[in-house]
Amino acid sequence: MEKIRYERPVIKKLNTGVMNKYGTRTEYAPVTNIDGAKVKDLIGEFGSPLFVMSEQTIRKTYKDAVRAFTTRYPKVQFAWSYKTHYNNAICSVFHQEGSWSEVVSGFEYNKALLNGVPGNKIIFNGPDKTDEDLILAINNESMIHIDHLDELYRIIELTDELKKRPKVAIRVNMDTGVYPMWDRFGFNYESGQAWDAINKIILTDKMDLIGLHTHIGTFMLTPSAYALAATKLSDLAFHIKSKFGKNITYIDMGGGFASRNTLKGSYLMGADTVPTFDDYAEAICSALLNSEYSKEDLPLLILESGRSLVDEAGFLLGTVLANKRLSDGRKATIMDFGVNILFTSFWYEHKISPAQEFSHYTEDSVIYGPLCMNIDVIRENITLPPMKKGDNVVVHTVGAYNMTQWMQFIAMRPNIVMIDMDGKPHLIRKKETLEYMNSLEITPEYLKSFKL
Amino acid sequence: MKIKKNVAISESGFIFNPTSGDSFSTNPIGLEIIRMLKDEKSKDEIRKYILSKYMTDDSTFEKDYYDFVMMLQTNQVAEEIE
Ligand SMILES: Cc1ncc(COP(=O)(O)O)c(C=O)c1O
Repeated sequence: MEKIRYERPVIKKLNTGVMNKYGTRTEYAPVTNIDGAKVKDLIGEFGSPLFVMSEQTIRKTYKDAVRAFTTRYPKVQFAWSYKTHYNNAICSVFHQEGSWSEVVSGFEYNKALLNGVPGNKIIFNGPDKTDEDLILAINNESMIHIDHLDELYRIIELTDELKKRPKVAIRVNMDTGVYPMWDRFGFNYESGQAWDAINKIILTDKMDLIGLHTHIGTFMLTPSAYALAATKLSDLAFHIKSKFGKNITYIDMGGGFASRNTLKGSYLMGADTVPTFDDYAEAICSALLNSEYSKEDLPLLILESGRSLVDEAGFLLGTVLANKRLSDGRKATIMDFGVNILFTSFWYEHKISPAQEFSHYTEDSVIYGPLCMNIDVIRENITLPPMKKGDNVVVHTVGAYNMTQWMQFIAMRPNIVMIDMDGKPHLIRKKETLEYMNSLEITPEYLKSFKL
Repeated sequence: MKIKKNVAISESGFIFNPTSGDSFSTNPIGLEIIRMLKDEKSKDEIRKYILSKYMTDDSTFEKDYYDFVMMLQTNQVAEEIE
């Protein structure tokens, strides 16, 4: 007699009358392939854990964002936020779609240049720009977004040495009704700091103030905050026009749109509750169109969206290492990936799907990573079919920040693969090796021998 | 190991403990094991049956059976008898 597929016996208490905080049926429906590439084959070829990026999802999401804005406003430009995912292949997909780049360090700046982005299509943000970075950016006519007065004065000094007129914007922080306020970056609107900086820039006449920038926060769930921010920047632009007769070329609204993830502690799944690109676009574009600009003076609208454009395109494939029963009776499943490579599990309840078919029986469990640390918790409670050692899972919506903020701890960072538009996988970042890690270290000669 | 006498087991894997008022669901293999325990089959008999019917091995059975039985006890569906 042919034997049938084995599933671990499970028993689960049924709670009547309480809201199911463990997720819904769709959460544990098996996901056996990504854009047509089989999960088992991907793990077989590239190992586990494995990050998988979907080129199709990136392009689709990007086009959707562009559509939402261009149907509402005549001049729109996206600039890819490098810090969100600066793998060169991923950046190149965004550049092919027409995105400029937004960088916050010399490292990111040079990455953008090496990817072939012209200097004048690079926006240089952040509080940390070295002299070397500034000189490069000035010579390349990049858009330098000034963060603080020390930087403003340093640029003035450099213009004398370089005999160039840099193209600059200031970053403005403001009260948009969303707290905590990100007031550590840029110049404050309400206190008059921003207006003060604008006057200094225009009156010293060493550089061209071409833009106004803000980034009001990240994972912003209220589109109306953007409307307020756009109105405040437009007011500044209008003041500049009336006092100096100068037009601001662009308004840069930064990033911060929420991705379709579920924040920890929320009952509803993110995918069902976060605002859409249309919601954000409606708020921003209406605010700009309804402000004082004449038709000819309407500034270019720049967006530096990060997570909302790439989060959904990222998956983490992993493998069950072991199952355990905790002292309080809860089931614990240990995976081969931990918070070191899935940094975002600190603030998201990532959806996790089994990668093989199961019956519809489930159990509630805790998902742990393999690190020898108590903080290594991927999900505090999740409903999944009974899984056994060697089974695979797919973690969803991990494309933003994980592959830039990942930590090399205990083990090395895994491969990243991108599935192209035809369903073919391409290795876009090799996993680190012991040889590579050791090549960065230097052991002094006198420590090289010992007897044990 | 013994399933408590008054525990009701339905065809579809629905289990009800009238003493505590708790109800539970189990998967088909769990239901089979509970039925065999109810019929006072020994662990060895259960092992033989599972290994002949399912694609699994002895050590997996051992581990999963132990865990399952623990859960039956924790949930007061079964009790230890010596
Ligand atoms: C200046 C700036 N622009 C854009 C972004 C991208 O933000 P998000 O990923 O929330 O869209 C950030 C992120 O912190 C930022 O600091």
